[in-house]
Amino acid sequence: MMSSWPLLSLVTFLPLVGAAFIFAARGDDAVVARNARYVALWTSLITFVLSLFIWFGFERGTADFQFVEKAEWIPSLGLTYHMGVDGISMPFVLLATLLTPLCVLASWDAIQTRVKEYMIAFLVLETLMVGMFCALDFIAFYIFFEGVLIPMFLIIGVWGGARRVYAAFKFFLYTLTGSVLMLLAILTMYFTSGTTDIPSLMEYGFDPALQNWLWLAFLASFAVKVPMWPVHTWLPDAHVEAPTAGSVILAGVLLKMGAYGFLRFSVPMLPQATEFFAPLIFALSVIAIIYTSLVALAQTDMKKLIAYSSVAHMGYVTAGIFTLNQQGMEGAIYQMLSHGIVSAALFLCVGVVYDRLHTREIARYGGLANNMPRYALVFMIFMLASVGLPGTSGFVGEFLVIMGAFQLSSWLGLLVASGMVLGAIYMLVLYRRVIFGQLTKDDLKGLLDISWREKAVFAPLLILAILFGVYPMPVLDVMSASVENLIENYQLALGEGGSSSFAWNLISR
Amino acid sequence: MDVAIVFLPLIGAILAGFLGRSLGDRGAQLVTCIPMVVAALLSIVVFFDVALGGNAYTTELFTWIDSGAFELSWALRVDTLTAIMFCVVTVVSSVVHIYSVGYMSDDKSIPRFMAYLSLFSFFMLMLVSADNFVQMFFGWEGVGVASYLLIGFWYEKPSANAAAIKAFLVNRVGDVGFALGIAGAFLLFGAVQFDAVFPQVEDMAETTISIFGMEANALTAICLLLFVGAMGKSAQLGLHTWLPDAMEGPTPVSALIHAATMVTAGVFMLCRLSPMFEYAPIALDVVAYVGGATALFAATVGLTQTDIKRVIAYSTCSQLGYMFFAIGVSAYSAAMFHLMTHAFFKALLFLGAGSVIHAMHHEQDMRKMGGLYKKIPVTYTLMWIGTLALVGFGIPGVTGFAGFYSKDIVIEAAYAAQSSAGGFAFVMGVVAAFLTSVYSFRLLFLTFHGETRADHHTFEHAHESPRVMVWPLYVLAAGAVLAGAVFYGPFVGDGREAFWGDSLLVLGSIIEDAHHVPFWVKASPMIMTLLGLWLAWYMYIRRPELPGEFARQAEPFYRFSLNKWYFDELYDAVFVRPAFWLARGLWKGGDGAVIDGLGPDGLTAVTQSLSRRVSRLQSGYLYHYAFAMLIGVVLLISWYIFMALR
Repeated sequence: MMSSWPLLSLVTFLPLVGAAFIFAARGDDAVVARNARYVALWTSLITFVLSLFIWFGFERGTADFQFVEKAEWIPSLGLTYHMGVDGISMPFVLLATLLTPLCVLASWDAIQTRVKEYMIAFLVLETLMVGMFCALDFIAFYIFFEGVLIPMFLIIGVWGGARRVYAAFKFFLYTLTGSVLMLLAILTMYFTSGTTDIPSLMEYGFDPALQNWLWLAFLASFAVKVPMWPVHTWLPDAHVEAPTAGSVILAGVLLKMGAYGFLRFSVPMLPQATEFFAPLIFALSVIAIIYTSLVALAQTDMKKLIAYSSVAHMGYVTAGIFTLNQQGMEGAIYQMLSHGIVSAALFLCVGVVYDRLHTREIARYGGLANNMPRYALVFMIFMLASVGLPGTSGFVGEFLVIMGAFQLSSWLGLLVASGMVLGAIYMLVLYRRVIFGQLTKDDLKGLLDISWREKAVFAPLLILAILFGVYPMPVLDVMSASVENLIENYQLALGEGGSSSFAWNLISR
Repeated sequence: MDVAIVFLPLIGAILAGFLGRSLGDRGAQLVTCIPMVVAALLSIVVFFDVALGGNAYTTELFTWIDSGAFELSWALRVDTLTAIMFCVVTVVSSVVHIYSVGYMSDDKSIPRFMAYLSLFSFFMLMLVSADNFVQMFFGWEGVGVASYLLIGFWYEKPSANAAAIKAFLVNRVGDVGFALGIAGAFLLFGAVQFDAVFPQVEDMAETTISIFGMEANALTAICLLLFVGAMGKSAQLGLHTWLPDAMEGPTPVSALIHAATMVTAGVFMLCRLSPMFEYAPIALDVVAYVGGATALFAATVGLTQTDIKRVIAYSTCSQLGYMFFAIGVSAYSAAMFHLMTHAFFKALLFLGAGSVIHAMHHEQDMRKMGGLYKKIPVTYTLMWIGTLALVGFGIPGVTGFAGFYSKDIVIEAAYAAQSSAGGFAFVMGVVAAFLTSVYSFRLLFLTFHGETRADHHTFEHAHESPRVMVWPLYVLAAGAVLAGAVFYGPFVGDGREAFWGDSLLVLGSIIEDAHHVPFWVKASPMIMTLLGLWLAWYMYIRRPELPGEFARQAEPFYRFSLNKWYFDELYDAVFVRPAFWLARGLWKGGDGAVIDGLGPDGLTAVTQSLSRRVSRLQSGYLYHYAFAMLIGVVLLISWYIFMALR
């Protein structure tokens, strides 16, 4: 029954309807604010429930696009409205619909000015994020992909901290530069192949010489979004200035867009170029892991530290994708999902104390275990998930990526695995300085432990972080067929091109 | 039953951890102690069934990870090796749980402590019952976290926090080796379950792999990587620095984690992987050398430490060295034997030391003790038993304490190996036996004998510990006295073939050879022990001024030992400080100056200065503009012509 509904469009555009309701609200400021909160919460919750139908209705074991919707859009240009999900994109739809209601809840008391506009921005953002993961037409994808920037830019620029303008500007500058190049690449692809339909483009097979240019243009856009070293410096600033919920969405979903781009476009459409540039990605990923882990260690601002840790974790993701083997790629996707949960939760953890004390300075805290034991426990679990403790979701992705990387080269395996140690250093030090120690500072003594609303926000993330560590099979099952298919097609394409140097044969018997 | 053994402690941990406040202190103690004791009783049943009855089996729970060929399940593999570890872990853990009821009675967060202890036990049981590499890694890292939490239990103490982080990180360094070892095994065998890997080992023994720029024997490389993991967890030379610092944790923790169970995980791992190591003789030699060196190194450091717990910690480190060199000469069963007896007597020593510390109002410095035997006679007696078991006291050919049997077979096996690695280990083992005796009796004499050096008040108020702390010690004392004699037969004696079954693989006949070494080899550990006893007696009872005199005479040696061979200073200079220095440099220099400077900030600056200059160009004179336009037109036309001509 459900499958006959345009489920993807519903999930994508329902938030817009909610936004329209909020937009139409008139009257007393306090009433409008309250209504805006409730409408946003209910809209996003219903969207989440709807998206669960996608999860349960999704047929495992096939790499085909599912829930496909196709309609004429601009016939003269050959553009169609084409939506659909496969095992790679579907989990991200769920991630976006899960995090949005949590963000609304997390902003419940923290946002007191322009509540109406804030909630509208979040709902629009949700539409764009979900749309981006569902779009199967290049132009639609591009619109969603770039459209995401606008609400995010506003969330940082309007509700952000002291240096919000600088941060928003930097964020925009970086991402826009990349986008222009990507648009050029998309247009080139359109003029070469005559279509913007993503599934058709995957089978088109571009000229290897052209592939390299296209690939680099995509890299310019995706690398900024991931972000990869050395175009990562917008992220710490954006995170620091963004309101808590903004950081949650930024780390939870927006950072996944770049890596998703690699999976959806670079690898399947440009296999020869992918093979050619893979070592470059490995180099950048390894630098990201080691370099940003060290930089994270020197931070004095909690959010900046976690932002840098995100860059390091995304280093695992990019390295994993370009291993082009089952373990590495599934590990990369898993790591993205896990990071979406864990780093979102870590930003919420920062938000909890920020809401109480209005500072993110690590040195201003210490000894919170004394008066906030429940908070300490929650923070501890996410901290351990972030360092990839087995039994938490962080482990599965990280470990699979190490398995995949080691198959290519033992050096790559070692360098990637060094993140296990480096990542532990800054997280443990952060935790120690905030939570452990003596409670000496007077203003800390009055802090209350987490409230019911905060518990409600953490609970689903906590459950998922542990469940996905102990029993990751539901997620791995969803993606395995698509990943397998991706790798097969990739190798097939390389076989035709006559290039097989990628198999760095490690074993000689 | 195996499921109950493993998960009962977890249930206890969850109850005490999440409901601690509603349960109260007493409630939390009950919900953790009772499951633990039940698990211990069940373990004994399993031991009879599996180890003595020979019914090894595996219980599969559910799939954990399935990614291409990388597939594995949560499963409990119970064979002789696991059954032994089940018993050791649950018995010592039960004892420590009950002891903690007394030891921690005036602490303000008892439920948290009990929850951590039970959580640790759960992870440790998962580790020893793993049927694949990854589950072992799960337990491996899990015990690491539990250890981190327990070392840093008194989180208000900066030193405890530092020690906790150090323990976690040094272990993580080892774990990187372990993880890469698993990756290597997966690459070579295409599987990570032991049952799928072990049968292939023989065929793959000659396979080479290009690893870290070298062409090497694949199996050797993998075994060495795995051994790095074992070194971290078992505090072997180089990765040992966390263990002494870990004594910052409460004493029951030291007894359970840092003496009896967790630190022996490395030994267990290598025994579990004996089917792999047997075909990697070079890796085994490395294990023997590292083990031998650690045994001696730690013993030399133990000689000069003044903190009662640190002496025992270095002793643990040294004894772990014994276990490793036993493995290095393929005497896995001897290593496991020593592991088992060591668990009893070392836990006894630690808990005895805890009893002393409890009596002395948390004084740990032996220089401020002395003469305590009158005050705490029961603890005194128990410490004697522990010490005699540790130094391996016994009469060759007749009987002895637990350590007598296990240490002797280890040393004999090293001699019997007749290899250079075995010879090295033998010499190290015998010398370390002498040093062991010296530092052990030094501890005993400094603490209990002579005139007291404690202040009057503390000494007068020193009191025997409550019964809840003393009774558990009797269990351990019984083990320290009897475990050697009772289990000699099945572990390394005539019953060993039937006892071990398929759980160990040994290609040679090392244990058989060890039984036939010359008499002087068999006697040498005992002679060394007596020599050590005499020296300790002479220096600390007969002529108490002598140690100070000696320290002045041989100042450099004394300092070298006192400062633990300067490992901490070395690592601080080589790793810790450069890391922080680099971190700041990369942040301010790399991200700040270079990337942002050339990137967005630079762009802004350039745009601004450009626009300033451009605005200067806007002079307002018409002919300036006209001239500029003309140049533009000329350039455009020439470009057009150029393009057209091509």
